[in-house]
Amino acid sequence: MIPAAFEYFAPTTVREALGLLEQHGDEAKILAGGHSLLPIMKFRLAQPKVVVDIGRIPGLDAIAAAADGKITIGALATHDALEHSAVLKEKCPLLPETAAVIGDMQVRNRGTIGGSLAHADPAADYPGTVLALDAEIVATGSKGSRTIPAREFFVDMLTTALRPVEIITEVRVPVLGRGTGTAYVKHPHPASGYAVVGVAAVLAVSGGKCQRAAIGINGVSGKAYRAAAVEKALVGQALDEKIVAAAAAHATDGVEAQSDLYASSEFRAHLAAVYTKRAVLLAASRAA
Amino acid sequence: MAVSKLFGASIKRREDPRLITGNATYTDDLQLPGMVHAQIVRSPHAHARITRLDVEAARRHPGVVAVYTGRDLQGALNPSPTAWLIPNSDLKTPPHPALAVDTVRYVGDGVAVVVAEDRYAARDAAALIEVDYEPLPVVVDQVKAVEQPGAPQLHADVPHNVAFKWVLAGGDADKAFEDARRDGVVVSQGFINQRLIPNAMEPRSVVARYNSGSGELTVWYTTQNPHIARLLMAVVTGIPEQKVRIIAPEVGGGFGSKIPFYPDEAIVAFCARHTGRPVKWTEDRRENYLTTIHGRDHITDLEIAARKDGTLTALRGKTWANLGAYLSTAAPGIPTILHGLMLTGCYTIPNISYQVLGVFTNTAPVDAYRGAGRPEATYLIERMMDLLAARLNLDPADVRRKNFIPPDRFPYTTAAGLTYDSGNYEPALDKALEAIEYSRIREDQKKGPKRGRYLGVGLSTYTEICGMGPSAVVGSTGFQGGLWESAVVRLHPTGKATVFTGTAPHGQGEETTFAQIVADELGLPIDDIEVVHGDTGAGPMGWGTYGSRTTVVGGGAIVLAARRVREKAAKIAAHLLEAAEGDLVFDQGRFSVRGSPDRAKTIQEVTLQAYLAWNLPPGVEPSLEASAFYDPSNFTFPFGTHVAVVKVNAETGEIEFRRYVAVDDCGRVINPLIVDGQVHGGIVQGVAQALWEGAVYSPEGQLLTGSMADYAVPKAHMFPTFVTDRTETPSPHNPLGVKGVGETGTIASTPAIVNAVLDALRPFGVTHIDMPLTPERVWTAIHGKSRR
Repeated sequence: MIPAAFEYFAPTTVREALGLLEQHGDEAKILAGGHSLLPIMKFRLAQPKVVVDIGRIPGLDAIAAAADGKITIGALATHDALEHSAVLKEKCPLLPETAAVIGDMQVRNRGTIGGSLAHADPAADYPGTVLALDAEIVATGSKGSRTIPAREFFVDMLTTALRPVEIITEVRVPVLGRGTGTAYVKHPHPASGYAVVGVAAVLAVSGGKCQRAAIGINGVSGKAYRAAAVEKALVGQALDEKIVAAAAAHATDGVEAQSDLYASSEFRAHLAAVYTKRAVLLAASRAA
Repeated sequence: MAVSKLFGASIKRREDPRLITGNATYTDDLQLPGMVHAQIVRSPHAHARITRLDVEAARRHPGVVAVYTGRDLQGALNPSPTAWLIPNSDLKTPPHPALAVDTVRYVGDGVAVVVAEDRYAARDAAALIEVDYEPLPVVVDQVKAVEQPGAPQLHADVPHNVAFKWVLAGGDADKAFEDARRDGVVVSQGFINQRLIPNAMEPRSVVARYNSGSGELTVWYTTQNPHIARLLMAVVTGIPEQKVRIIAPEVGGGFGSKIPFYPDEAIVAFCARHTGRPVKWTEDRRENYLTTIHGRDHITDLEIAARKDGTLTALRGKTWANLGAYLSTAAPGIPTILHGLMLTGCYTIPNISYQVLGVFTNTAPVDAYRGAGRPEATYLIERMMDLLAARLNLDPADVRRKNFIPPDRFPYTTAAGLTYDSGNYEPALDKALEAIEYSRIREDQKKGPKRGRYLGVGLSTYTEICGMGPSAVVGSTGFQGGLWESAVVRLHPTGKATVFTGTAPHGQGEETTFAQIVADELGLPIDDIEVVHGDTGAGPMGWGTYGSRTTVVGGGAIVLAARRVREKAAKIAAHLLEAAEGDLVFDQGRFSVRGSPDRAKTIQEVTLQAYLAWNLPPGVEPSLEASAFYDPSNFTFPFGTHVAVVKVNAETGEIEFRRYVAVDDCGRVINPLIVDGQVHGGIVQGVAQALWEGAVYSPEGQLLTGSMADYAVPKAHMFPTFVTDRTETPSPHNPLGVKGVGETGTIASTPAIVNAVLDALRPFGVTHIDMPLTPERVWTAIHGKSRR
């Protein structure tokens, strides 16, 4: 578990970091919390020649309510910071609930939201949640910043819409209003803590009926996805257990559930349906 | 006799301040002048012939001091001997070359070693070594290795890969089964005790230094038995034993995985000798998973015979024990002596017939892992007790009670030939049932599931063999050593004491318990006593720490040595007080003359006089110390009842682990806090086998659970609070009345959890699921799917 030799840079501005990425191209990797990159370097599954540690760039870890009614989360905010953020707990509790079940305390103290999203592990916890929230990911390149909707961000396993010389600087999530309930539930792998299945639900309920549903699912396939068939089956319905279970049965429609030592494709798909049902029922109870 | 002050006191572990403040020195912490670093290149193939090995590029890499291959080591190192040559078993002991010469037999088998100025250079150079392999067919399953026609043969002179065939017979099992089939009940079941990976927090590490001027080899390393390691190091390297010194600094857990003599320590010693530099090697976690021994891995067919009232009459079965690619140091004794002989558990089963095949496969060697053979045996018999109860529609507690060895029959000789020293099983069972509120749980069960969650309660009533052991008895089982223990109790002129033990505690807390024993015997303040272990250059030979023997056997030696010191001190005190020795009273570290309490000498005053030697009684030698070598007359057999309560979610197969009660009887208890700690850790490791852990090899011999991201070592939040309690049935033959407790939790807990889950699943007609009980396996069993 000894990594190959690499050159280490610790830029103090985003511009400086981008310059290093530009200069070193494919040979450079960005280091944030290090909880994904360092293990694969130690296994020598990744051998970057250059490591650009953005952890010392000041000001990239703030969580604040923005003027446009959204909440902005700096890319370097740790999972622990999200878990305990008063602003998020009040205005977007789905994120703290998600952050609280990532890995273990050591991981949460070091790992960052930007790092996790950029790594795009299909069994990570944030992807489903940012999908369900219709969050925006702000990427900064040498020519300025652009906003990527979460639904366009996750391209494939460990692959995102980020360009080579681009750094996630911010994540923007909506403030959830009255009548909206959210929940994140997961079945963690007993060894890694990653989501065998993780389901994020955002439900708007009024007049006893579901007005809007957004369901993001982690762990099931090569990338996190929105369960459109479930959402469709929920909208307009009174959310009793039977209706929710029938809707949740569509959790893996059009998706090939992965198989591994811990869970077969069939069982993983079953878990996805059960956890979708749980997430929806919990979110619905909170919407009331 | 003085009333004990510290025996039975829950004092905190004296080891902990240095351990938890980062002030302990582990092997990898050592920095010797001129030290270089070794990296072992390991085979990525499970079975292959080496057709080309080119180390030139590695030799030229900057910082590289030397590169050695199997051919360089050939002739320079002798094979490490097998330490447990079980008799009448046609045991084969193919040698394990420290580095493979032409054939590799498991993923992780060493093929070369690089020595470099730092770890990074060593690792980088290792990547430059070119090895061409010609892959050979692979077998990882022990039944296939024996029975599949054309199965690959690992070793030329081991037909069908059978390392040994061990047969146990007592009574007439065949007749008992005939009777039971006619007029009783026979229960048959196949079981798998899956392969486990021991996870000591500290991986293995070796630092070797060879002084070419004096011919001395000093090796610091992670061993549970430094004295055995010295013996084997001398045998393997050819360096005379008196020139070899082994030091086990702080050792961060072992669970059996640091008992064996591995090729790696021989390789590092070779490198130190041939480079003339001190050499350090520390395995990383991946190497640890691939090459440090694994545990368990039994496939068993078992049947029991009973009368219709639930009285057991016989047990019969066969186990295929996977030994991996080579015999690890103690491997043959684990699935046989420590397993087969304990199959009848705490029950009167008069007839037994059992066969164990030890089998070579293309996997990592298997040896002792916490409990070593007894967890496998306890799992088998305790699962069988529940299957029998279910078959006869009896309560599992009742069927156990009916078959317990009654307290008036101890010492009790089993059908397997062991003599259990003492036992009183029902009080422990009663206490555990009361603590868990057993009858209330059974009432709750009758109400049916709540929100799809099925309640289950599982029992494990166990006894186990530990406190290894009487030397003559283990010798008769083929163990190539004695298992007595040594102690030196040395008082210093200032009245302080150093206690040397031949055991090697590495987390068990005997620096505390041994000091408690000596403090009581000599009336010394505990802070005046230092316990020294782990260095063959200090203190006499001993056999180390494993098999729950440290307090039982090592403590026995210590109490005998301390009493000898006290006897000598009494002679000197009597002389100084001008009294007859028989008129002295010893209390709280003070010798006084009976009837004249003011005529007294403290142990410290006596010690000073022993060293000054100005006025010693005739025939008494100066100084005050004594040694003792204690060879027990029998093993000890702790016992108890563990009970688990679970809820199973039928929709997903998820198991909620609700409650756990452990009532153990380990004889007299020196330090309840430490005993509780041992029980807690043991339960966690045993439950882990039931629910989460399991090493899996692909058919090609790749370890699929090769890291902690895949292999589920449990975490604290996965457990409820444990309730621990005890009964106390002293060992009649041990000088302290103690029995071992280092492994009881692991031995007892696995079947308690599995029985609880299967109890919950009775409404579904599910009678058995193989471990680990993952949600998918439970769900599949409930929903009647046929997939595995």
